[in-house]
Amino acid sequence: MDSNKEAGNSSHFDPALKSSSRRSITSSHSRGSDTVSVREVPLSHSGSKPVRYGSKGADSEGFSMSRKEINDEDARLVYINDPQRTNERFEFSGNSIRTGKYSVITFLPRNLFEQFHRVAYIYFLVIAVLNQLPQLAVFGRGVSILPLAFVLLVTAVKDLFEDWRRHRSDKVENSRLASVLVGEQFEQMKWKDIRVGEIVKIHANETIPCDIVLLSTSDPTGVAYVQTINLDGESNLKTRYAKQETLSKLPETERISGLIKCEKPNRNIYGFQANMEVDQKRLSLGSSNIVLRGCELKNTKWALGVAVYCGGETKAMLNNSGAPSKRSRLETRMNSEIIMLSVFLVALCTVISVCAAVWLKRHNDELDMLPYYRRLNFNDRDKEGEFTNYEYYGWGLEIAFTFLMSVIVFQVMIPISLYISMELVRVGQAYFMIGDNRMYDEASNSRFQCRALNINEDLGQIKYVFSDKTGTLTENKMEFQCASIGGVDYSKTNEIQENELVEYSVEVDGEVLRPKMKVKVNPELLQLSRSRLENDKGKRIHDFFLALAACNTIVPLHVDTSDPKVKLIDYQGESPDEQALAYAAATYGYTLIERTSGHIMIDIQGERHKFNVLGLHEFDSDRKRMSVILGYPDNSVKLLVKGADTSMLSVINKSSNMDRIHATESHLHSYSSLGLRTLVIGMRELNTSEFEQWHQSFEAASSALLGRAAKLRKVASNIENNLCILGASAIEDKLQKGVPESIESLRTAGIQVWVLTGDKQETAISIGYSSKLLTGDMTQIIINSKNKESCRRKLQDALVMSQKLMAASGVANVTETSFAPKIPTALIIDGTSLVHVLDNELEEQLFELASKCSVVLCCRVAPLQKAGIVALVKKRTSDLTLAIGDGANDVSMIQMADVGVGISGQEGRQAVMASDFAMGQFRFLVPLLLVHGHWNYQRLGYMILYNFYRNAVFVLVLFWYVLFTAFSLTTAINEWSSMLFSIVYTALPTIVVGILDKDLSKRTLLNCPQLYRAGQRQEAYNKKLFWITVVDTLWQSIVIFYGAFFAYWGSTIDVASIGDLWTLAVVIVVNIHLAMDVIRWNWIAHVSIWGSIAATFISIMIIDAIPTLPGYWAIFHALGTGSFWLCLLGIIITALLPRFMVKYIYQYYFPDDIQISREAEKVEASRVVVGGDIEMHPIPVGPPRS
Amino acid sequence: MPPETSTSSAGGKEGSSGPSSKKNSKKPKYSKFSQQELPAWKPILTPGWVISIFAFTGIIFIPIGLASLYASEKVVELPFQYDQKCIPSEYSNNAEAYIKSTTTNKTCTATFKVEKTMKSPIYVYYQLTNYFQNHRRYVKSKSEDQLRQKSAEEDTDDCKPEARTPDGQPIVPCGLIAWSLFNDTYKIKVKGKHLKISKKNIAWQSDQTKKFGSDVYPKNFQAGGLIGGAKLNESIPLSGQEDLIVWMRTAALSTFRKLYGKIETDLEANEELSLVIENNYNTYSFGGKKTLVLSTATWIGGKNDFLGLAYIFIGGLSLFFAVCFLLMYLFKPR
Repeated sequence: MDSNKEAGNSSHFDPALKSSSRRSITSSHSRGSDTVSVREVPLSHSGSKPVRYGSKGADSEGFSMSRKEINDEDARLVYINDPQRTNERFEFSGNSIRTGKYSVITFLPRNLFEQFHRVAYIYFLVIAVLNQLPQLAVFGRGVSILPLAFVLLVTAVKDLFEDWRRHRSDKVENSRLASVLVGEQFEQMKWKDIRVGEIVKIHANETIPCDIVLLSTSDPTGVAYVQTINLDGESNLKTRYAKQETLSKLPETERISGLIKCEKPNRNIYGFQANMEVDQKRLSLGSSNIVLRGCELKNTKWALGVAVYCGGETKAMLNNSGAPSKRSRLETRMNSEIIMLSVFLVALCTVISVCAAVWLKRHNDELDMLPYYRRLNFNDRDKEGEFTNYEYYGWGLEIAFTFLMSVIVFQVMIPISLYISMELVRVGQAYFMIGDNRMYDEASNSRFQCRALNINEDLGQIKYVFSDKTGTLTENKMEFQCASIGGVDYSKTNEIQENELVEYSVEVDGEVLRPKMKVKVNPELLQLSRSRLENDKGKRIHDFFLALAACNTIVPLHVDTSDPKVKLIDYQGESPDEQALAYAAATYGYTLIERTSGHIMIDIQGERHKFNVLGLHEFDSDRKRMSVILGYPDNSVKLLVKGADTSMLSVINKSSNMDRIHATESHLHSYSSLGLRTLVIGMRELNTSEFEQWHQSFEAASSALLGRAAKLRKVASNIENNLCILGASAIEDKLQKGVPESIESLRTAGIQVWVLTGDKQETAISIGYSSKLLTGDMTQIIINSKNKESCRRKLQDALVMSQKLMAASGVANVTETSFAPKIPTALIIDGTSLVHVLDNELEEQLFELASKCSVVLCCRVAPLQKAGIVALVKKRTSDLTLAIGDGANDVSMIQMADVGVGISGQEGRQAVMASDFAMGQFRFLVPLLLVHGHWNYQRLGYMILYNFYRNAVFVLVLFWYVLFTAFSLTTAINEWSSMLFSIVYTALPTIVVGILDKDLSKRTLLNCPQLYRAGQRQEAYNKKLFWITVVDTLWQSIVIFYGAFFAYWGSTIDVASIGDLWTLAVVIVVNIHLAMDVIRWNWIAHVSIWGSIAATFISIMIIDAIPTLPGYWAIFHALGTGSFWLCLLGIIITALLPRFMVKYIYQYYFPDDIQISREAEKVEASRVVVGGDIEMHPIPVGPPRS
Repeated sequence: MPPETSTSSAGGKEGSSGPSSKKNSKKPKYSKFSQQELPAWKPILTPGWVISIFAFTGIIFIPIGLASLYASEKVVELPFQYDQKCIPSEYSNNAEAYIKSTTTNKTCTATFKVEKTMKSPIYVYYQLTNYFQNHRRYVKSKSEDQLRQKSAEEDTDDCKPEARTPDGQPIVPCGLIAWSLFNDTYKIKVKGKHLKISKKNIAWQSDQTKKFGSDVYPKNFQAGGLIGGAKLNESIPLSGQEDLIVWMRTAALSTFRKLYGKIETDLEANEELSLVIENNYNTYSFGGKKTLVLSTATWIGGKNDFLGLAYIFIGGLSLFFAVCFLLMYLFKPR
C-alpha cells in the first residue's frame, strides 16, 4: 500500500517525502518482497563473505516497486550501450542543459512576452495604444511611448544580464568531461554530448553527468558510495548498488547489451521504477540502482553505468525550479490602495466626462461657429452640400472619447513607475544586505544571499520565526565532550584543557593517516588509554574505545592532502553522533582505518587489528540502540551495543556492579543537564553456542519473506541483553555562536520563536535550555499523546492551566495580549501528538494555546509536519511568518512560510535553493530582521505612500486645469514634462531614499529590539497614513493650482508659461516634501534631491528652447517677471506648511518609539564630543559563546 | 587554533590554502558606503527649529506681501467694458445679428476719465472672458512648421478645419487660432488729439525671430466659407504681424488679456479720453465680454492684489503659529 502510494506520487516531487518514503521503506519490509537478496549473512566468522553496510535505504533494493509492470507507452526504452537504437524512435534529450531562458533570436519576443505578463505593463501598453488613435491623441506619438519604452528597456537589460550569467554557467557545465564508452574503449567526452543509452564510467570524486543506472563498480559486491549533497543537501554517503547480474560484465571483456525499461522522466528523486533485461533475465531496478546527476562518487574507485535520463530530463534538473516567487505583504496591501487609486482615477475621469457632457449640451447650438470649437468645417461639404462636422462624432461618442482621453491624461495616477522604482530599490537594498559585514560568515566564507528580490520589506514585519534545530540553532557538528567509563567520570579536567586539541596519527605503509577532525581530550583519559593497562580499568577503557570505533556504520575515507605522504581520514556516516564518536576514538588511539566487505581495520595504539563484522543490527526507533557482533582476531566473538540511556539501562546486567551502574547513571544525568547528548555503551562476550543460535535466527529472519524487519528486530532484542556496561559518552551538539543572545533579541522584538525539530523531546528541551529559549521559571506544558482523545484532553487542561496562570499573574489583559508580558509558559509538543492535532478541529485549540505561550517547541516532527505547523499559524493570523532551516527536511517549511531563510551550512544546498534568503549563521537573523528588515520596511512603506502622493499631486494639478479648459483635457504642463515627471524630475530621490535612508542607526536598532514592533504594527504603511496622504495631496494640489490660477486670472499669461510654473512648483514641492521626510542627509541624498530640482530647471529650459514646440522661450520670459517668483515661493511654502506643522506636532507631542529613539540617538551623539560617526565602531552582536 | 607546528603535515593543504583563501574571501569589503554608514546630518524637529522657521516665514512673507500689495496699488488700471455698450439699442436683443451683419456700422464711441495720473508706458489690452483659448481643439489647431518656414506651406494637417480652402489651396497661416484673430480696433483721443498707440514690440521677440518666419506671407487667409476675424496684410511676413503673434500665444485661462499696443505718453489725472472702437469681433455668440484696459505696470506686472494678500495672510498665519508653538513650548512642555 505504502509503496504503491509512493509510486503513484512519484510524479509529484516533494522533498518532504523523504522521511516518509523512508518510513514506507521500513514498513514495507514487513510486508515482504520475495526478491530479497542483499543481506547474505556470513556463515562463518572467519570467512569474509561480503556484507553490505551503509544506509538503511540499502534494503530498499529488493522491493523497489518490484512486480509492478510499466506500461509500454509510459516507458522509456533504453538499449544499453546502443545509443543509436535507443534514440531511434524518439530522440531523447541530450545531456546539454539550458538554464538560460533566451537565445539571441528569442530574446526580444520572449522577453517582451514575459514582461507583459505584468498587469501594470499591460495598462501602460493599453494607454499608449489608445493614444495612437487620432481621436484620442492627447500626447504626441513618440512621447506617449516613452515611459513604456523606458520601463521595458530597464527590465530587458536586467533580464539580459541575468540570462547572460546563466548562459555562462551552462557553458561551463556543458563542457565538463566524462569518459564514455565508444566502441571498445572509453573516451573523454563533453557532458553535453552524452546520449541516453551510452555507458559512462565515473571515477572517484567525479560528479555524475546524468542519471545513470549502475552496472558495475570497483567494489566486488557492486556497492558505490555517492554523496548527494548537491541534490538533497545531505552530506553523508549513500550506498547505491549495481545488480549482481551485471557486476561481472566489463566492457574490456565483453560487449554489454541489454534493455532497460524505465518510467518517464519525473521529479521524484527518491523513487525510480524500471526493469532491466540482461541475458534473457528480467531484473527489477529501484531507487538504489540509480545515481543521479549532480551526485559525487566517493570511496569507490570507479563505477560503470548506463545513462537513462539526460540533460533537462534528469531528476536534478527537473527539480531545479528555483525559489518560488512570493509577494510581499506590503505589496499585497499596496494593491488594495492601488485599487483605491483606480477608483479615484475613474472618479476624476467621470467628473470630467459629465462636465464635458453638460458643457457640450449647453453649448450645442453655438458649437458650429464657436471660434475655439468650430464644429462645422466650412471648407468641406458632404454629398448633400451640407458642411461636414469636423472631428465631432455626436454627443455620446464625444463623451466616451473625453473619458478615454482623461484616462490617458491622468494615467500616472496609477504609479506604474512605482513598480520599477520598487524593483530598483529592492536591488539596492539587497546590495546592502549582501554587503553587510555583519552577515558574512567567516567559517563558511559565505555572504548573505538574497535569492528572492521581492520580499525584502517583509523582513521588517515578521511575527513568528520557525526554526529548525539541528544545523540552524546548533552547528550540526557533534563534538565528543566527555565520557564516563566504568563509573569514572572523565570530564572534570576538560575545562582547563579547553584549547588543547590533541590529534593522533597513524602510520600505515609509509603513509601517515590522520583523522580530519580534532577532538578535545581529557589528558588523564588519554594517558590511561595510551598506557594500555592490563588491569580492569584499562580493559574497560580499551573495550569502550574499541566499541566507539567499531560499533557504527561509519565509512572512513582517505582524503589526499598536499603532502603525498599524509592522508586525512574523513569519517562518513549517516549520524553525526557516530562520526563524533569515531573521531573521539581515533584521538584516543583507536582509529578506524578501513571498512571493507565483512571486516573493519582498526589501528589500536599503532597496531593494526582486523575485526570481522559478523552481524549488524541497525538503529531503530523502537530499540533505540544499535549493535555489532565482532569477531576478534583471537576468535572470540563480542557483541557491542550503543544506544540511548533509557533503552540501554534496561538491558544491562544489573546483577553485578551496581555501583558502577549507579555512578554511570548519575554521570548521565549531569551530562544531559548540561545539554549534552548521551549514549551508553555496553558489551557482552558471546560463547559459541550463543553465537550459533543467534546466527541461525538471524539468517532465518533476514531471509524471511514476511515480517522481516520485525523478525530482525526480535533477533536483535534477543541478543542485546545482559550487557556489561562499559560507560557512557557525552556529545555536545554545539550551539552556533550567538544563538541564545539572538533568541533573546528576537523575543524582545516581539517575535515568537518556535523551534521545530526532529530530535527527541529530551534533546530538544536540553537545547532549549542551552539556547535560552527555555528558562527555569517557565511553566512547561508537555503534550505527547498517542491518540486523539488524550490530545484533546491535554490541550484542554493546558488551556485551562494557562488561563489560570494568566489570571494569577494579573496580566489577563485581553486588549493587549499580543504585547503584554506573558507569564512564561512553554509548550512542548511532539510529532505524534501533532499527527492527531493538525488538520482537524484541535488545530484551533493548539493555536490558541500556542499563542498564549511564549515558547513553542515541537519535537520529533516530520518535514511535512513542519510545513503543517507553519500553515497552521499562517491560516489563523495575518502576521508574517519566517522559517529558517538548513536541511532538506526544512524545505517544505521554508517554502510554506512567508519568508524562507536557508542556512548555508553543513547540510548542503537544498534549503538554500528553496529559500528566499540564505546566510551562514542563525545569529545573522538578528541584524537581518532588526536592522535590514526594519529599514527596508520603513523605506519601502514610505516610498509607496510617497509615490502615490507624488503622482496624485501631479494628476490633480492637471485635473484642476482641465476644469477651466471647457473640460477639453488640455494640459498646461507640456507633454514632455508630463512624461519626464516620473522618469527624470522626481524618480531619483525616492529611489535613493528608498535604498539609503535610515530612520535609526544599526546600533540603536540592535540595542533596542522593541523598535522592531513598529513593523509588526504596520506603522510605516497603513490605511490611516494613506488617507492622511490623500488629504495632504489634495491640499498641495489645490495650493499649487489655485495659487497660480488666482495670481494670473485675467492676465496675459499664456498656456506654456503657466504650465512651466506648475511644473516647477509641483517638482519642487514634491522634492521638498521628500526632503522634509529624509532622516539622514548624506551627500547622496543632497545630490539627488537638489540635483533633481536643478535637472528639472534645466530640462524645462531645454524643452523651451526648441522652437517647434509651442512653449518656445516661455520659461525665459517667465523667469524675468516678479510675479512668477512670488508665485513659486508662495506656493511652495503654503503647500508644505500644514504638513510641516502636523509633522512637528506629531513628532514632538505624540512621538512614537522610533521618534523617541531618534532623539535619544541625537542626544547620545552630541555627548560623544569627539567628531566622527559613532556608528563606525563595530558593535559585536553579543559576546561570543564558547 | 593549534600552533602551526602541530598542523604542519595535515595542515599542508590548509596552510597553503590559508593565504589564498584570504585572497578569494567573499567577505564584503568595508566601506562606509557599503555598510550604510556614510556621515550624515540628522535634523530633528525641535521646538527651537520649528518656532524659528515659522517666525522666519512670517517675517519674510509679510514684507513681501506688503511690497507686492503696494506695487499692485501703484498700478493704475482703466478698464472699459464695451461689448454691450457698443451695440446699438435696436440690436440690443439680437447682438449676434448685428455683429454678423456686413452692413451695420460697427464704429462705436465712448468717453471716460483718467482717475489717476498714468505714467508711460501705458499698456493697452483687450480682455476677453468666457473665451477658451485653451480648448484642446483650438490649441492644437495650428501648424508650427508652416508658421516658421515657407517650405512647409503645405504642412496643414493639424490645422483642420481651417487647413485648406474649398479648392484645396493651403491657408497660411492655417488653423483655428489664426482664423479667429481678434479684429476690434481702438482709437483714443485726448482733447481731440489722437493718442498714438504703438503696435511695435508688443509680441515676444523670441516668437518673432524663431517661431514666425520672415519669409512666410499670408495666403488664402480668411478666404474660406466663414470669416473668423481679422484679415492680414499679405505683403507683411508673419514675423511682422505682431497682432497675430500675440494672439497665437494662446491664453492659459478663459479670462485673459492680450496686449493691443502701448501708449508712450503720460496721461494726467482727470483727463477725458474719447474712444473710437471698431466692434467687429463676435463674442456675442458665446456670451464673452470684451473690455478695453489701459494699465501701467510695475515689477509685479499688472494690478493684482491676490499675491500680496496671500503673502500677508500666510505670513501672519506663520507668525501666529510661531507664537502658539512658543507658548505651547513654554507652558505645556511635554
